[in-house]
This record gives sequence, structure tokens and C-alpha cells, in this order.
Amino acid sequence: MYINIKYFGQIAELTQTKEENLEFSGIIVSELVETLYLKYSNLRTKNFQIAQNQELVSMETELTGNDIALLPPFAGG
Amino acid sequence: MQDKKPKSVFKEGAITSEFIGNSIYKHQTKTSIGAHNIFLGQVRADDIDEKTVLAIEYTAYEDMANAKFHEIREAAFEQFELTCMHIYHSLGTVKAGEICLFVFVSSPRRKVVFEALEYIVEAIKADVPVFGKEVFEDESHQWKKNS
Repeated sequence: MYINIKYFGQIAELTQTKEENLEFSGIIVSELVETLYLKYSNLRTKNFQIAQNQELVSMETELTGNDIALLPPFAGG
Repeated sequence: MQDKKPKSVFKEGAITSEFIGNSIYKHQTKTSIGAHNIFLGQVRADDIDEKTVLAIEYTAYEDMANAKFHEIREAAFEQFELTCMHIYHSLGTVKAGEICLFVFVSSPRRKVVFEALEYIVEAIKADVPVFGKEVFEDESHQWKKNS
């Protein structure tokens, strides 16, 4: 399936894109993260959380398809 | 009467003292209110490795952030006896000394507004996907992280 992935803050700086569609055949979030590590090797050094459909999810969460975001540490306020 | 309709939280650039003053003025017609409490987040000119922060450039995952702001509002109205609540956060560049967050709560009684304001501000810091790039004098930068 194709997954839409959004990048923010220092993660977007590293990927040099804010959004992309990626073909992906895994099932859970950690598999997607491994795929992204292969594409962006420096991503391993960064701290981030994953949101799926605008909710934070764990590495074991099953991917439902669209709207994945990589979120670096929050800095609001 | 509770003021619960969805609001736009994000504003481009700094939040001005005129805007804040005007928000206070607008509440003079709501005469059931006996206490307001206001939190203003200001960009600090931190010194890091002998460089000074000039400004913060804010970005956000806006859809998720608006949903989180909405959840925080709902939870606060649920928990505290508030007459109204307003939250504004900057996007884009905010210079050191300028205001980037404005939270305004009102209630008939004072004790409620102290507790509610702290709850709301802490929830914003912890749960809302806003990102801040601290820009230094020499145009280098680092990424801010809430502690």
C-alpha cells in the first residue's frame, strides 16, 4: 500500500521534504520506521514520536493506511 | 453562558499587547465573571554556547494541534467552572521579548481560574504538536524542546 507521511520541524529538515507517499508492505509502525531508517540513515539519531490519523501511536500499533506523521519533541508555548 | 464554539488558535507572528488588551476589554459585557487569569508565554533570549536566541520560528502539525487544543478546551470546561476560555498560539517568527502564547480563562470565582490556567498551559506544552526553531544572531539555529 501507499502511505502518506508528513515530517515536521527538525525531522523535515533532515528528510528535506515535508510530505511524501511511500510504498510499504509491512504491518506495524516499527516496520515503517525501519524502512524510513534505510531511506534516511540520520533519522536513527533523532528523537521522534509517530502519529497515525492525528493520534500518537506505539511502535507495535498496526498501520491502517494513511496520515502518518513523524513528530519531533514538542516546543509549544 | 458558556463560550464553547471552536476557535482558531493559531495566529501568524507575535501576539500583540493591543490584541491582549482588546480581549480583556471584550469581556466587560460578561458581567457574571468575577475573575480572569491570563498566561503569556514570551520568547526568551537564551544564551546557548555563547550565542543568543534572537527569535523562534514556530511550525505545527496544524490539524492535529487544533484537535488537541479542542480536547484541552473540552477537558478544562468539564473539570472547572469556567465562563469562557481563549487560547492563541503564534506560528512563524516571534522575536525575543514578544508573546507567542496567550491563554485567558474567566470564571465567577478566583480559585477556579488559578487551577484551570495551570492545567491548560501544562497540557498545551505536553500534548500539542508545535515545533520551535531557535534562531541565533549568526543565523545558525537549534530546535527547542519543552522540558
